[in-house]
Amino acid sequence: MSTTAAPPPKKVNRIGLEVLSYKGAKTTLCAGCGHNSISERVIECFYELGVEPWRVGKFSGIGCSSKSPAYFLNLSHGFNGVHGRMPSIATGAIMANRNMLGLGVTGDGDTASIGIGQFMHLVRRNLPMIYIIEDNGVYGLTKGQFSATADLGSKLKTGVINDLPPFDCCALALRWGATFVARSFSGDKKQMQALLKAAIAHNGLSVIDVVSPCVTFNDHDGSTKSYSYMKEHEEMLHELDFVPSYEDISVEIAEGEVRDVQLHDGSHLRIRKLGRDYDPTNRMAAAAALEAATHQHEVLTGVLYINTEQPNFLEMLHLAEEPLATLPQSKVRPPKEALDEIMEELR
Amino acid sequence: MSTLEVSPAEPRFSDPGHTVINDFSLQVATVNGSGSQTANTVLMRSIFQMGVPVSGKNMFPSNIAGLPTWFTIRASKHGYIGRKKEIDFLVAMNPETAREDVLKLDSGAAVVYDEPLKLDGLRSDLHFYPVPFDKLVAPVCPDAKLRKLVRNMIYDGIVAWLLSIDMDEIRKALVKQFGKRKAKAADLNWGAAQAGHDYAAKTFTKADPYQVRRMNENVGKIIIEGNTACALGAMFAGVTVVTWYPITPSSSLVESLIGYLKRFRIDKETGRATFAVVQAEDELASIGMALGAGWAGARAMTATAGPGISLMSEFVGLGYYAEVPAVIFDVQRVGPSTGLPTRTMQGDILSTALLSHGDTQHPLFFPSSPAECFSMSMEAFDFAEQFQTPVFVMTDLDLGMNNWMSDPFTYPEKPIHRGKVLSAEDLDKLGGFARYKDVDGDGVGYRTLPATNHPASAYFTRGSGHNEKAQYTEREDDYIHNMDRLAHKFQTMRKHVPAPVVRYHQDASIGFVAAGTSDYAVSESCDQLLAEYQVPASYFRLRAYPFTRDLIDFIDRHERIYVVDQNRDAQLLSLMRLEMTPEQIAKLRSIRYYGGLPLDARTVTDEVITQEGK
Repeated sequence: MSTTAAPPPKKVNRIGLEVLSYKGAKTTLCAGCGHNSISERVIECFYELGVEPWRVGKFSGIGCSSKSPAYFLNLSHGFNGVHGRMPSIATGAIMANRNMLGLGVTGDGDTASIGIGQFMHLVRRNLPMIYIIEDNGVYGLTKGQFSATADLGSKLKTGVINDLPPFDCCALALRWGATFVARSFSGDKKQMQALLKAAIAHNGLSVIDVVSPCVTFNDHDGSTKSYSYMKEHEEMLHELDFVPSYEDISVEIAEGEVRDVQLHDGSHLRIRKLGRDYDPTNRMAAAAALEAATHQHEVLTGVLYINTEQPNFLEMLHLAEEPLATLPQSKVRPPKEALDEIMEELR
Repeated sequence: MSTLEVSPAEPRFSDPGHTVINDFSLQVATVNGSGSQTANTVLMRSIFQMGVPVSGKNMFPSNIAGLPTWFTIRASKHGYIGRKKEIDFLVAMNPETAREDVLKLDSGAAVVYDEPLKLDGLRSDLHFYPVPFDKLVAPVCPDAKLRKLVRNMIYDGIVAWLLSIDMDEIRKALVKQFGKRKAKAADLNWGAAQAGHDYAAKTFTKADPYQVRRMNENVGKIIIEGNTACALGAMFAGVTVVTWYPITPSSSLVESLIGYLKRFRIDKETGRATFAVVQAEDELASIGMALGAGWAGARAMTATAGPGISLMSEFVGLGYYAEVPAVIFDVQRVGPSTGLPTRTMQGDILSTALLSHGDTQHPLFFPSSPAECFSMSMEAFDFAEQFQTPVFVMTDLDLGMNNWMSDPFTYPEKPIHRGKVLSAEDLDKLGGFARYKDVDGDGVGYRTLPATNHPASAYFTRGSGHNEKAQYTEREDDYIHNMDRLAHKFQTMRKHVPAPVVRYHQDASIGFVAAGTSDYAVSESCDQLLAEYQVPASYFRLRAYPFTRDLIDFIDRHERIYVVDQNRDAQLLSLMRLEMTPEQIAKLRSIRYYGGLPLDARTVTDEVITQEGK
């Protein structure tokens, strides 16, 4: 009997999908762009957690960062909106369908310059979605102008020095109500994965500001958003692990060294202490740490703040359990008696 | 000019030959914030309850308290409810404007005024009725703080006596106005009205000719503002996401909608809302949210006015190219900035029709009555989903914020129409779909809703750079192909927009084309032209853009077409010109009014007569 070796079984995740089902079109961004690494992390995390990709809504504004949703999760609906106004599109869509898992990808120009208003109001509403800022301090698509997150004194390729102070998107998000605020570096695969998975599990707005160097316009000496600057100035708050709800959490942990934060879906964010004792549930301490880091020219990364208690925007609206988008006519058109009653009042 | 020869000594109604029954315009001039709204509404309702066709128009300043405001009540046995240019009966309560108000009146008009203003010396050809309001209000309103509010009700009593309005109707209207909960306030005001009535009966001899007499024209009718009617239309259309930014004159549309949604759209079993309302941070956000919601399958709307429309421009263009349904109520007004935001105008016809950059065209619906606000709002939601595009419902301040008599609204018989949406089951059968492919030849593709539980449901939404499969492209042929399909879709809409209302007069060589609230003035002007000048006119009332084909027929069948615009730049006419041949364009003439008040028939008639050279 002759046998041919059966092809090795395809590797699939919890819901039987291959990683291919989480990929997107080929990237058109520059080789080495930090944004591509972030896209990779999105693919890995959604695959590994077994999120149904068709349940995800991808949202973006305008800019290099905002192009990237085309490069992951092809099986998800995506909406590439207008510059700086992605939050409003996401707000409308997520209100329309509360089963949607919203994933926004934006840049520092899209969020901190043209979109600062919508960003602030999104934060204030605590809309349940993930909001990734691919932060490189510079406009790429228009060839290298400063954005509002560029640090004071940082230098453009052309030699122009930035003489205005930056918006710190994490500090803003922290101050005005985001319930999950994190900063990371596109080069830190492990931290990005843990943060992204925690954001997927979080019940509220997750703002992740990721320093993501622009290799073409902002990766030179004098830039504060370059790979080399980050290598020298990144200060990790802690080490992070994500334990999904379907995995056993009961691993022995040394008391005092590790803090477990339970998330909405029963998963845990495991926070392992590094040099400092940092409490990410203390908003004032988070603000102080950010302020101190600015003065010391450090870039703090990790979970700056997490609040699992605050109701999200949909909960505040007291929305029906079923998505508004697909409510049947019997639920959305009041009966004739209602119109008769109203007409009688107007007579 | 006709003058009324009425002797001041004449006893009340002794000479029927001189009485003018149920055909006058009464204006109350007050200061805003003085509580005159209640008195004016009660007066209007009383006439309404007597079965006489009536309308009420509030001309108010952009201010909370202390500036002049005028409320005009027109009673018309003929059923004309547009603004009447001439004021027949003035109640002058505002010292600041009283002199000018009196000087503007036509000879023979009546003036009720606050005695200390001493207006009777200004003219000798009017009928003056001085009233010592402060003296009258003190005994009926012991609380000095309330007197400012209650003294207005005294003129209701005075006017009721002078015009023969039944005091029982005043009482009924007061109870309606205050409701059962505020019975004390109703009583206080009733006392004031009676004091006014008693004073008038004791003091005055009726000298002016105006009188209200019972008719039976209002059986079953309602009084409603256009904004409320739009709100009701939206609710019965099944709106699920409402986003807005407060702006005069559209705010009351959403506020009224919120009130009704809370009453009628909280699920009785679960206690949860079948709607979401968000007051956005600005109009950019409100349209963005509406489009996000429409994209995700909600019946989404926003309401705004001209300045908001300007801000929405970029997003509406994206809505056009990405083909996302949404309904935008534009309650038009004058503007921008501090530019008469409380005055009416058809100011956004051109800007909304072509809003945004690139080649963009948007359907506009033009309701002209509350009943149409209701029905066309419902149609707009169906239309937006049927054609997957933003739809504008174009009302204006006059329609939106004034009180209108209307037949009661009819409950919608047609089921809600959600357009071409593929479900998971459809996708199972089809295997896949191309979002922007013209499968049916009408220019409208099939869409899926995000979070549809199917691996083949996704597509990527972006601006104009996409092919049939919603993939990114910058290819010339893809772009042209898509643009041509969008143009074809717009052509398809012509057959589905609300049809015009056309009245041909067989002997007419001239015809009117008008839209929205111009209807009242134009209809009345048709009657004036015939009765006063023996000039018959046909009338084509546009109810939507894109225009239907029969507009061309109408133009072809007349020698001259008067296009009526409530704006300086003849916006409706300009929009028509875009679709006309040179021969047709040569027939178009323009009648424009842009003073910020509701258009009146006399202005239209005079302009036609001038242009006709008669």
